[in-house]
Parts: sequence; C-alpha cells; structure tokens
Amino acid sequence: MLKGLLDSIVLIFTGDSALTNIILVSLRVTGISLLISTLIGIPLGIFLGLKRFIGKRLVIALLYTGMGFPPVVVGLFVYLMLSRAGPLGQLGWSFIPHLYTTGAMVVAQIIISFPLVAGFTMSAVLSLDSQLRLQLHALGATPRQALWTMLVEARVGVLISIIAGFGSIISEVGAVMMVGGNIENATRTLTTAIVLETRKGDFSMAMALGIILLTISFIVNVAMLRLQGKALDQ
Amino acid sequence: MSESVYQLNTLVKRYDSRTVVALDSLTVYRGEILALVGPSGAGKSTLLRLLGLLEAPTSGSLQFFGREVANGSAQADLELRRRLTMVFQRPLLLNRSVQANIAYGLRLRGDKSNGKVASAMEQLGLSHLARQNTRVLSGGEAQRVSLARAMVLDTEVLLLDEPTANLDPYNVNLIETAVRKMNAEQSKTIVLVTHNIFQAHRLAQRTALLLDGRLVEVSPSDVFFTAPADPRTAAFVRGDMVY
Repeated sequence: MLKGLLDSIVLIFTGDSALTNIILVSLRVTGISLLISTLIGIPLGIFLGLKRFIGKRLVIALLYTGMGFPPVVVGLFVYLMLSRAGPLGQLGWSFIPHLYTTGAMVVAQIIISFPLVAGFTMSAVLSLDSQLRLQLHALGATPRQALWTMLVEARVGVLISIIAGFGSIISEVGAVMMVGGNIENATRTLTTAIVLETRKGDFSMAMALGIILLTISFIVNVAMLRLQGKALDQ
Repeated sequence: MSESVYQLNTLVKRYDSRTVVALDSLTVYRGEILALVGPSGAGKSTLLRLLGLLEAPTSGSLQFFGREVANGSAQADLELRRRLTMVFQRPLLLNRSVQANIAYGLRLRGDKSNGKVASAMEQLGLSHLARQNTRVLSGGEAQRVSLARAMVLDTEVLLLDEPTANLDPYNVNLIETAVRKMNAEQSKTIVLVTHNIFQAHRLAQRTALLLDGRLVEVSPSDVFFTAPADPRTAAFVRGDMVY
C-alpha cells in the first residue's frame, strides 16, 4: 500500500497524459453539470420556499425523493431514454446527447444533483423569518430587490446546497459508468478510472486517482467555505 | 382637521372565513400620531399591514393620499409604496452590519450617501455599534436599528407595530423621543400600534380602540383616556376588560 502511495505521487508529478485527460474529463463534466444544476436548482428552491400553490407538497415530496435517488437508477433511466431505441434517442435531434458521450454523463449528473441544490436552497429560504419579505417591501424594495436580499440572507444555506450538489457529482460512479461507458480519452472520469484500475490490479494508478479526487474535492470545498466567509463565522 | 392621508370605508379583511378587520370608517390625518390600541387578536397588526399596503383588503375602500388602493394595485406601485415605511414588532434585521442595515432602504433607492445614516445612528445612540453585525445586538439595540432604518427614508408616513414591546425604560425613552421628534419637526404622519396605553397617551394626538377587528372609538387622546364615549373604552382604559 505504501508503495502504491509513493508510485501515485510520482504519477501525479510526472504529468502522465492519461491521468491528465481523466482529470480534465472529470472537471469538465462536473463543472458543466454543477453549473446547470445550480441554474435550475436555486430558482426552483427559492420558488418552492416562497410560493404557495396547489400541489406544492407533492412537488416537495418528489424533490425529496430525487435527493435520495440511487445514481445507478438515474443511470439506467438516462440510458433507456438516450439509447437508439429509447424515446429521446430515436428522435435523433442534434441537441440530445448520445450514449457514451460526456453529454450523456452531464444529463445523468444534473438529474442526480439538481434536487439536492433545490432542496437545500428551499430549506435555506424557509429558514428565513416569514415576515422578512414584508419588511423588505415595507422598506421600499421591489420584488426583485426583495428576492435578491433574501437570497443573500440565505447565502450560507445556498452555498451548502451547491457543495452538496458538487459532492454528489464528483464522487458519483454508477450513472457515469452506465451512460458514459468509461471510454479512454473520452468519457473516463476519476471515479470510473479508479474502479477500472482496481479491477486491473494497478493500485498505484487507482491510489493516484483517489488522491487527486480527494484533493479536488478538498480544494473546491475550501473555496466554497471562503465564499461563505464571514457569514459562517457569525 | 388637516388633509387626510388614509381614508377607510367599510373595510374588511378576511383570512379564509375568519373576519379579522371590519371597519366602518377611519381617517388618518396628515401630521398626526394615531395610536391603535386593543387586546391581542383585535386586528391591530393586520390593520397596520393594510395601511402599509403590504396586503390588500378583502372588500371596502382604502384611500392613500386620495388614491384608491383597496384593489391591491398599490402593491405594484413602487412610488406610492415608498411614501410610507413600517417598523415591525420584531426588528427583522439583515445579517450584516448596523450601518448597512440602516442604509438598506436608501441603497434600494439608489441613495449612496451616509449622512442620514450617521445622523440616525447618532440620534438613537447607535454610532458606537456601526460596524457590529446585528446578530450580536441586544433586543433594545436591534429595535433602535429597525427604527433608524425607517427614519432615514424620510417617508411621509411611518407605521409602527409595537416598537417598544419588551424593551427597558431606557430604550423605550430613546424610541419615544425619536418618534415625537419626527412628528414635531417633520410633521410625519405616524400610526402606532401599542399594547401600552400609557405610551399611546404620551405619544398620540388621537387614540383608537379596536375590538374583534371593529373600531369601538377613536377620539383625541385626552378624551379617550379621561372621558371616553364608549363604556368598552372606559373598561379597557381602566384595565377592567376581560379578554
């Protein structure tokens, strides 16, 4: 194990091209998925936190179910939808990603992460005082200004929602394996590569990938904590 | 009496089937302090939210500066809404500094000046707390920040919902002095909801009693507290009212 650890450090610092490619695919897929999940999840969470409408409980129940959705089930669902015989795959529209592409992986990861972003954002908004919006209006805020202020007030919770979304994506293996296919130099990510290298018995590479995955996760979370900044201290 | 700021007629506010406010008529005049008193659940805070254009009445007429606003149109009319401001019973401060909280309404209006903020902090004894986050303030300090935040806006109308509830005499005195000064020097129209009938007597030129959402009596404070027309007012003032 110690040898594996030392070999992994050598691999990281020698700039192995296969390793670099895996890292770049992981970062690209995770980054795009998280961005789209955030763009969907935060407005949805705010809407659910602030608005009353018929069927809201059902929507929230579905959202909570989505927060605990097994990634392999999401992978299976996306696989069936995007396969050539599937309802979306057979349409042949150019904007619908094909199986075994990073596009398909992004779709699966969005489905996994956006309920987490929306759910935690909703909780953050609900934790604000119910009369705050009235107070902001009474101070002359436009609806947009009031909404922005409330989002800023709920910033710690909103950032936690993004961290949760990021965590669910970066560590995910089942869905990306199913819809991405773990193709070298194309859809191989850190997690799927770890599975592959472990099966091959190349523990040095598997450990190197594991260390890199943990390091990326750590750096992103530290960056998020810095963004939370003083609000967290208070 | 001078020009009316609010004119209410057959105003009703219901939540589901429960009638919370049902007023035949009430006028609030420019430059006066009107105190709304009554037991808990009498509809005082709901009436204040209606006057604050934060909620639309279920039926009836509510005129604000001569404009009918009962249909809820005023809620979308920013210019009209910005002629008034309201201080809630709980301070509802933002998680930022005292100074930033007080400046909040000004910044919404694109006013970047700090002169009014400094002056309001000075008047309410908050200058030394300017950079403190509001999370560390005492109840009295928080309520003074809430009042300062409304004061700096220089609106024509100020609505106060129990601004001194649960505060010590020092904070009560600071807030009452500021309210009195705004009314005397700026002729600001103030509607004050309070459980404290002594405060109503001290501050208000007129006092109104609400019971079960209905207006029992509105009269000059001296008359209200010494020779009320309605026996229920007399019972309320004496503290005999059971509710």
